[in-house]
Amino acid sequence: MELTIILAIPVAAALVALASERAAKYSTLVALASVLVLSTEAAVRVSRDGIIVGLGGALTLDPLAALYLWLVSFVGFTASLYSIGYLHAREQSHAATPPRYRQYYPLFNTFIASMLAVALIADLAVIWIAIELTTLFSAFLVAYEDRTEALEAAWKYVMLTTMGALIALLGVLIVYYGVNRAGQPVTWTGLVAAAPVLPPALLKTAFVLWLIGFGTKAGLVPLHTWLPDAHSQAPASICALLSGVETSAALYMILRLYPALIRNPGIEHAGTWLLVAGLITTGTAAFLLLQVRDFKRLFAFSTVEHMGIILTASALKTSAAGMGAIYQLFGHALVKPVCFYAAGLAMLVLGTQNIDEARGLLSRSPAVGWAFMLAALAIAGTPPFVLFISEFAILRAGFTTGQFAATGLLAAFIVLAFVAILYNAGRIVFGKPGAGIPDVRLPASSLAAVGLALVPIVVFGFYLPPPFLVLMRQASMVLGGIS
Amino acid sequence: MNTPWLDIALSLDGFVAALFLVTGLNVIVVRQMLAALYLFIIHAVLLASSAIVLAVALGSIHLGWVAVITIVTKVVAVPVIVRWSAGSQVYKRREVDQVLSIPISLLAAAALALAAWMSITPLVHSISDRPFAAINLPTGLMTVFFGALTVAVRREGVAQLMGLLIMESGAFFASISIVPDLPVIAEIAAAVDVPVAALVIGLLIRNIDRLTGTTRVGLLAGLKER
Repeated sequence: MELTIILAIPVAAALVALASERAAKYSTLVALASVLVLSTEAAVRVSRDGIIVGLGGALTLDPLAALYLWLVSFVGFTASLYSIGYLHAREQSHAATPPRYRQYYPLFNTFIASMLAVALIADLAVIWIAIELTTLFSAFLVAYEDRTEALEAAWKYVMLTTMGALIALLGVLIVYYGVNRAGQPVTWTGLVAAAPVLPPALLKTAFVLWLIGFGTKAGLVPLHTWLPDAHSQAPASICALLSGVETSAALYMILRLYPALIRNPGIEHAGTWLLVAGLITTGTAAFLLLQVRDFKRLFAFSTVEHMGIILTASALKTSAAGMGAIYQLFGHALVKPVCFYAAGLAMLVLGTQNIDEARGLLSRSPAVGWAFMLAALAIAGTPPFVLFISEFAILRAGFTTGQFAATGLLAAFIVLAFVAILYNAGRIVFGKPGAGIPDVRLPASSLAAVGLALVPIVVFGFYLPPPFLVLMRQASMVLGGIS
Repeated sequence: MNTPWLDIALSLDGFVAALFLVTGLNVIVVRQMLAALYLFIIHAVLLASSAIVLAVALGSIHLGWVAVITIVTKVVAVPVIVRWSAGSQVYKRREVDQVLSIPISLLAAAALALAAWMSITPLVHSISDRPFAAINLPTGLMTVFFGALTVAVRREGVAQLMGLLIMESGAFFASISIVPDLPVIAEIAAAVDVPVAALVIGLLIRNIDRLTGTTRVGLLAGLKER
C-alpha cells in the first residue's frame, strides 16, 4: 500500500496543479514532502527487512531501488522548494516569459512520478515505459523558457534519448524472452536467478543494446551531445532533476543488467564493455570541461564525467569498487542539484551564464558566491564532501587489486576534471564584478533549497546513517550479482 | 501447428517481413513529406499483418490484440495526432531535404542492414523454440537501424518523427516473434506511449515553427559549441 501511495501522490499533485494555478506551487511542495517521508520510511524498512512488495507484486523495492527512490524523493522535494521563487525571479530579472505554473507543475509532478516508477515497478517491460515517460514528461520542462535555443535543446533531448530508448526496447524484450523461457518472473530478481542458464549470445546482444540505448540517456560518450544543450537551457530546478536523478535512472538500468552477465558462466570479461565505455566517457568529459564557456554546461559535462566514473568503478571487479560506485551514484545525485541551484541563482545575480563574462559572484552576493564555490568543491571531489569519499574508495580499490592501468587513467581524468572545475569556478566566484548589472532580490525559497540540499553532501562526507550504510552494502552486493 | 501450415505461415511472414523492410528503407529516401507519412501507415499495417500471421500460427490471443492496438494507435491515432499537434502543413505536398544524398543514404542503409544481420545471427542461432524469430529478429533490428538513419539524415521535424516511429515498429516486429505473451499492462502502456510520443514531438515541431518560421529542425544550430 505504502509503495502505491508514493507513486499516487505526485500524480494527484499534478491533477491539483492542472485544476488550480494558485494551489500548484504549494500542493507540489506538500506532496513531495510527503513522498520524501514515505520514501525514507520505505528505505529504512528495506534496510531492516529486505525487499518489500506492493500492489500484488506489481511494485517491489530492493536495496538499490530503495536508494534510488530516496534520491528522487529528496531531489524532487528540494527542486519543488527551489521552483517556488525561482520561476518568478527569473521572469523579473531577465524578462523571460511569465511563469506558466499550469504547464510547469503538472509536468514537474508527472516527471517525478515517472522516475519514482522506475524504482518501484517490478516488470522489466513496464520499467522501460517509465524510462520513456521520463523523457516525454520532461521535454516541455526543458523547453519551458520558450526560446529558440530552449526548443532546440528540447528537440535534441527528445530525439536522441527516444532513439536510445527504442534501441534499448529491443534489448529489454530480448531479456524478457530469456527470463520468461527460464521460468522466472521478469523482474530484477528473476533476471539474476535466470542469468546462469541464459544463452550467452542473448545476454551479450541485450547488454550491447542496453548500453547504447540507455547509455544515450545516461550521457555516455559519444551519445552525450543532448546533455550539455538541455542543461544549459532548462530552468535550474529541472537541470537538478535531469542531472541528479534522470541520467542516473538510465545508468541504473545498465547497472542492473550487468550482474546477470557476471553470473553467466559463458560470458568472460563481462566488465570490459563497461570499463571501455566508462573510461572514454570520463576522459572525454574531463577534456571538454577544460574548454567549456558556459557554467551550466560546465556542470553538465561533470555529470558526463560522473557517469563514466560509476561505469568504470562497476567494472573494476572488487566489492570495494562496487561500493564506491554505489556511493558515487548516491553522492552525484545529491551534489548535482546544489550545483544547478547555485548556477540558477548565479545567473540571476550576474545576468549571464558565460564564464568569460561572469566575475565577482562572491562580492555581488556572498550567499550565492559561497554556495557556488561549495558546490564546485563538492562536485570536483574535494574533502570533506561526499564525492571525495566515493572517488577515493574507487581509486583505492582499483590500485590495491592491481588494476593499475584502468585505475591510473581514471585517476588522471578525475584530477584533470578537478582542475578544470575549480579553475572555472574560481574565475566566476572571485574577481571584480562587471558594471551595470542591476541588483536582484533573491528568492528566499530558492536560497532555502540550496541550504537544505547542502546538508547531506556535507554530513554524508563524515557520517552515513546506519540504514543508508546497510542499503549501500546490500546494493553493492546486488551490483556484484549476489541476489 | 502442423508442419505444412507452419511452412505456409513462415512463408507468409517472410513475405510481410520483406515488404516491411522495403517500406522502412523507402522512408529514408522518399522526397515528399506526405509520402513519408503514407509509408509509415503502410509500415504499421505490415507490422499488424505479421502479428496476425503469428497470432494464427501460434494460437496467441495476445498477438491478436497487438495487431488491433497497432492499427488503432499507429494507423488511426498517430496520423490524426501529428496533424493536430504539428499543424496541418505537414499534410501539404512538400519536399523533404536531407543531410546526405540519396545514393549515400542507401549505401549507409545497406551497411547498417549488414551490421544488423551479423550482430543478431548469434542470438537467432540460440533461439530454437521460436520458429518466426529467424525472420522477425533480423528484420526488426534492420528496421530499428533504418529508423535511426532516417532521424540522422533528415532535416525535417516530421520526417525525423517518422524515423522514430519506424524504429518503434521495428522493435515490436522483432519482439512479437520471441515475446508473444507480454503482460496486458505492458501492451496497453506501450500502446499509449506511441501516441503520447507523437503528441509531444508534434507539439515541439509546432512551437519550433512558431518561433523560427520553419519545421526544418536540422537547421537549428544556435547551441553549437563555438
